[in-house]
Formats: sequence, C-alpha cells, structure tokens
Amino acid sequence: MIPRPTPQKVRIRRSMMFMNAQKPNLLKDAYIYGVDSIIMDLEDAVAENQKDSARFSLFNALKHIDYGDTEVIVRINGLDTPHWQEDVRVCVAAGVDGIRIAKCESAADVHAVEDAVAAAEKEFGVTPGRTLLMAALESPIGIMHAYEICTASKRLFGAAISAGDLRKSLHVKIEQGGLEMFVARSQVVMAARAAGVQCFDTMWPNLDDQAGFEAETLQARKLGFDGKSLINPRQIAFVHQTFEPTKAEIAYAEKLIRSFNAQQDSGVGVYTVDGKLVDVPFFDDARRVLAQAKEIGIYHGEL
Amino acid sequence: MELKHEALAGTLESSDAQVTVRPAAELTLDIQSSVLNQYGRQIKAVAEATLARLGVTSGEVAIVDKGALDCTLKARIETAVYRSADLSAAGIAWGVLA
Repeated sequence: MIPRPTPQKVRIRRSMMFMNAQKPNLLKDAYIYGVDSIIMDLEDAVAENQKDSARFSLFNALKHIDYGDTEVIVRINGLDTPHWQEDVRVCVAAGVDGIRIAKCESAADVHAVEDAVAAAEKEFGVTPGRTLLMAALESPIGIMHAYEICTASKRLFGAAISAGDLRKSLHVKIEQGGLEMFVARSQVVMAARAAGVQCFDTMWPNLDDQAGFEAETLQARKLGFDGKSLINPRQIAFVHQTFEPTKAEIAYAEKLIRSFNAQQDSGVGVYTVDGKLVDVPFFDDARRVLAQAKEIGIYHGEL
Repeated sequence: MELKHEALAGTLESSDAQVTVRPAAELTLDIQSSVLNQYGRQIKAVAEATLARLGVTSGEVAIVDKGALDCTLKARIETAVYRSADLSAAGIAWGVLA
C-alpha cells in the first residue's frame, strides 16, 4: 500500500480535474498531468448499477498507485441517495485526502458527512480529523446557505460552485460574460473569504469552445476564486497560468515586503510605494502572493 | 465467501479486465489476456491471492484481461465475488481488502 502524506487544509488548488472512479485507464496515471487536485468521481460519472464496482476500483487504485503530491479528492454521491455512506467508508479506508460533498445545501449536510467520516476514521484506525471536506454548491438554496456551509466544519477547506445543475434551477443557460452566474459566483467568493476557506469555480463543459473557456477562467480569477474545476487535461495549462501570481505581482509583493521591513524599523505606519498609499492589509496580501508563488515553485527569492 | 450466483464485473476496455464468477464444486481459473505470454503468471498469482483473501474456495472464475494493472484486476475480482454473494452494495470490510 502507498501511504499518503497528511492532507493540508491550506495548499495550492488552482486546478481540480474530474476522473471517473470506475475507469482504470483514467485512474492509473492521473498524477502525470500535474493538476493540483484530482477528483475521483463516484457520483454522476458512474452509472447507478456500477456504484459498487467504482468503490472497489477507487479503493485499489488508492492503495497501489502513488499519486505523489497530487491531492486526491473523491466526489461522493448525494445525501439523498442510498450510496453516500458506503462512499464515505471507502474514502476513509482508502486514505483519500478529502471528500467533495455533492449538492451540499446546508450546514446540516456538512455535519452529516462529518459524522460519517469521523465514524469511519474510528472504524479503520485513521488519524481522527485527517480526512478533509469540501462542499459543492449546485442549487439556489446551497448558494443562499454558502456562509453557514463554509463555516460548518473545521475539516472544510473550501467550496466549489457547480453551475450545471444551478443553471437548470435558475432557468438560465451559459451566457457570454457569465452574466447568469455572476451573483452566485460572487456570493460563493464572499462566503468563502468571510469564512477563511478557499473557493473554486465550476468546470467549463464546452470543450470545443476554447475562447469561452479562457474568458470564464479569467473572470473567475478576477472575481477572487482560488482555482477552477476541469474535465480535460487540455484545460490545465491555462487554468494554472491564470490562477498563479504573475511576474509583476510577485515583484510588487517583494517590493512591498522589503519596504515594509525598512519602514517598520524606522517607525512609519502608512506610506507610499510607487506613488500609491499602502498599509497593513497590503502586506498581508503580499505575503500571501509570495507564499503561493513559493509553493508553486515560481519564486526563489529570499523572502 | 460463498459464490451464490453468476456475477460479472469490469469491461473489455483497454487497461481493464472483465471477471465472471459462478458457483461450482471445484475452484477453477480461466485466464484470457492480450498480454498472456508476458504477464500470464503474474495475472494468475494476483487472481489466486485475491480469491484466497476473499475466502473463495470453490467456483468458476473467468478473467478476460485487457492489460489491466494488478490493482484493477484485484478490484474487478473483488467486485464480482461480492456481487455473487449479494454483498457488494454496503458494509464492505475495506480494512481487510488492503
């Protein structure tokens, strides 16, 4: 068996790629693509009469394939199905890093999964609290409850907006500029930031429309998301490039921190850098940018 | 574990294996593989170890291998055996399958 390192609640999650847990040809080399997280899917990608088989497939893949630094998350079946509890058991027994709660609508949903995870950790002798959670918000009520969901559990590292179902419920379709998802996306970012967790944009389903995909990805970054779900390896490079700090952002962050260190020593609070007023929140943000750049491996400076 | 009825798991897609099990007096293992010459012995060893771990001592086991990794073959055998015993849906003893 391949032991996985302890999952990190805070880490780089620019890209999360969905993989059907039932398909060995997808699972066997999912780590080679360099995505930050893979999401092995027990839910919609798996036919109703193959849910059992997908669990055995998932379990054995996790026990025998070394996914290395790639985070392994499993999307479990919805809480309104007869499948989710066994899904939780296999996830914990297999030692996955995190569980994605599909169609999460309330803090109570998170608590239900949390309780099942805690029970499974006990059953399989897994360190209590090891298994992380994330919530997929895919209904209007889920979006309305975003903040209570984001604050429902210490295990919860973030929330993803999942637009496929949401658009149906809202009676809208994909619009240029993301008009139809604007409020929902903003609400998820707001709730996640208020709760101090991460947030992830939905996947782009039209593989033939690269321009639409790029526009949506750029918009998600501008709205404040940490990363984006995706369904095809072709989408990884653009998502990574979009969600990592630019050279200019890194250089500016470095300049801010250096100036902060110098000004602090001489007792100055607020001052200007490049003609722009800066104060404490700027430095926190600059530290975040540098930490992120370091983790991705694109900053090698001394700060 | 006792095989109760015929059960099948897996597909004939590349990197997969299709496993069929059915009750029988003796334990027999039939293996067809696209890589039989290179990996036949390995496939047989994985199949026998998996069946032994599941406590399957009798039954016909047929494997059509399409270049599956050991972990895939193991998963498909486990699924077929659990399905045959009507125990595949929940309450799997994951702890002992590792």
